[in-house]
Amino acid sequence: MLTLSSQLSTYLVIGAILFGFGIFGLIRRPSLVGMLIAAELVLAGASLNFMAFSRFLAPDPVVGQIFTLFIMAIAAAEAAIAMSIVVAVYRNYRSIETEDLVELGG
Amino acid sequence: MNPSLFSPEGLAGVIFLILIGTTLVGAVIATCTRRLIRSVVGLAVCFMGVAGLYYFLNSPFVAMMELLIYVGAVCVTIAFAIMLAEPDEARLARKVPGLSGGMAAICGGTMAFGLGLAALKGQWPEAAVKVNAGSVKDIGFSLLTTYSMVFELVSVVLLIAIIGALVLARAGRSKA
Repeated sequence: MLTLSSQLSTYLVIGAILFGFGIFGLIRRPSLVGMLIAAELVLAGASLNFMAFSRFLAPDPVVGQIFTLFIMAIAAAEAAIAMSIVVAVYRNYRSIETEDLVELGG
Repeated sequence: MNPSLFSPEGLAGVIFLILIGTTLVGAVIATCTRRLIRSVVGLAVCFMGVAGLYYFLNSPFVAMMELLIYVGAVCVTIAFAIMLAEPDEARLARKVPGLSGGMAAICGGTMAFGLGLAALKGQWPEAAVKVNAGSVKDIGFSLLTTYSMVFELVSVVLLIAIIGALVLARAGRSKA
């Protein structure tokens, strides 16, 4: 149990669990902000995989770290854009729940 | 090899287990609570655990960046959005997840199970010989030589994101 931190599969399984939680939240959440939070979990799982492969298998351990840094930058940009979209949607519909965001009935 | 609990390796193993627990508890809080502000806090807890895992992966720089960007910036941005666009708590409380909750659990569980099985059963190639140590100095050197183009492009993307966020959040403001 105590030598788990030196095994590749530990990190891969944690990344898979984070990814699964992200998918779970994306489907389950009724509001846009909740879905964004779940999407951040998906990104965290993916970057954990990159970091683990770069630490254990890749010849150049820098590549995975730089990829993770770029994922962080993209996630920050995505969060900023999504937040302003949420605020704009709220201003028009007075709600951020996905079921309310319809123009046509049926 | 199984180190004793009170050797340095054993203590590091205990800290690693605590970090795994922090990550998973944070993920549960982030997806399963009903109030959004609590799930933001859960997301912050989860990212603190992930930062610790990055530290165990020999990259303290990325761990610090994780704390700064995710816990410090992204979570605070989401908290502000929740303050600006408050979802209707009473309506959310009446709504039961029902079928979508079960289906979501099945989808997420299947994904996690499949990926975890692939991780455990997969045959990975032998570890290659490291060409450098992966230290902060090496990261900086690669960022400004091999990846300098991507580095500049990411800064352009961030600039466009800032401008786009301002434009989107400003449109229609005079009407309201």
